[in-house]
Amino acid sequence: MKLPPYADLLGLSVDLEPGLPPLLTMPFREGVMGRPGFLHGGAIGGLLEVAAIAALQQALDADGGGRVKPIGVTIDFMRGGREKLTRARGLVTRLGTRVANVDALAWQDAEDRPIARARMNYLVVRGG
Amino acid sequence: MSTPFDPRLFLSFGKRGHGGLLGIDYHDHGPDWCTLQLPFRPELIGNEESGVLASGPILTMMDMATSIAVWLKLGTFRAHATLDLRIDYLRPATPGKTVFGRGECYRITRAISFIRGQAHDGDPDDPLAHVAGTYMFTEAQP
Repeated sequence: MKLPPYADLLGLSVDLEPGLPPLLTMPFREGVMGRPGFLHGGAIGGLLEVAAIAALQQALDADGGGRVKPIGVTIDFMRGGREKLTRARGLVTRLGTRVANVDALAWQDAEDRPIARARMNYLVVRGG
Repeated sequence: MSTPFDPRLFLSFGKRGHGGLLGIDYHDHGPDWCTLQLPFRPELIGNEESGVLASGPILTMMDMATSIAVWLKLGTFRAHATLDLRIDYLRPATPGKTVFGRGECYRITRAISFIRGQAHDGDPDDPLAHVAGTYMFTEAQP
């Protein structure tokens, strides 16, 4: 799976496991830092968006292919992101003919202790 | 009374952090608003086919612009954390153009501040994104 230039700038890598949406990993470094000691909310949001798009693109490729355009995203920040590795995974809750709804979670220590979650809506343009 | 909050000085501290990585810079400000700018760079592209900017950098700029708007309205810096941020993507950014993000703080309570803002790429009447959100102060009221 090829990630866009912005994902490279964030330092993201992607792991593919059978039967699961892509897992994105963002190492900690100065360039993703916000206030001292914490990740920038924008970097967490960017990671969530990349994870959501990766999950959606995978689901769409398995369903005839097509392109996606973001309509909107709502992000809840539940815990401060600390100076450590962050992971994120998207989950396509519905892939319709024209619209897709995708959730994404970001976590550090354990997947069941998320630091942020995002809910996103995409316009789907089906076909090649 | 402390010195009034200065967005330019504040941004100069953050050059090594995420805003610096993306190249986000000061543009303009008022009593309860701040406009930042995000010059186009190929590294910020989110879709190689179209060359359109990723949404993450715009989200980061709006988070920063609206945070600064809170401290401008407050008159001083006070640590806060983003509770939620909603962003509507009205249209794609034009490849090659600088994106401007104007954040405004319209209400501050004891614990929470409420913000909104818009991003455009030259014409404020033709916005490309709209945001709304809330921040919570991380320390109790002094």
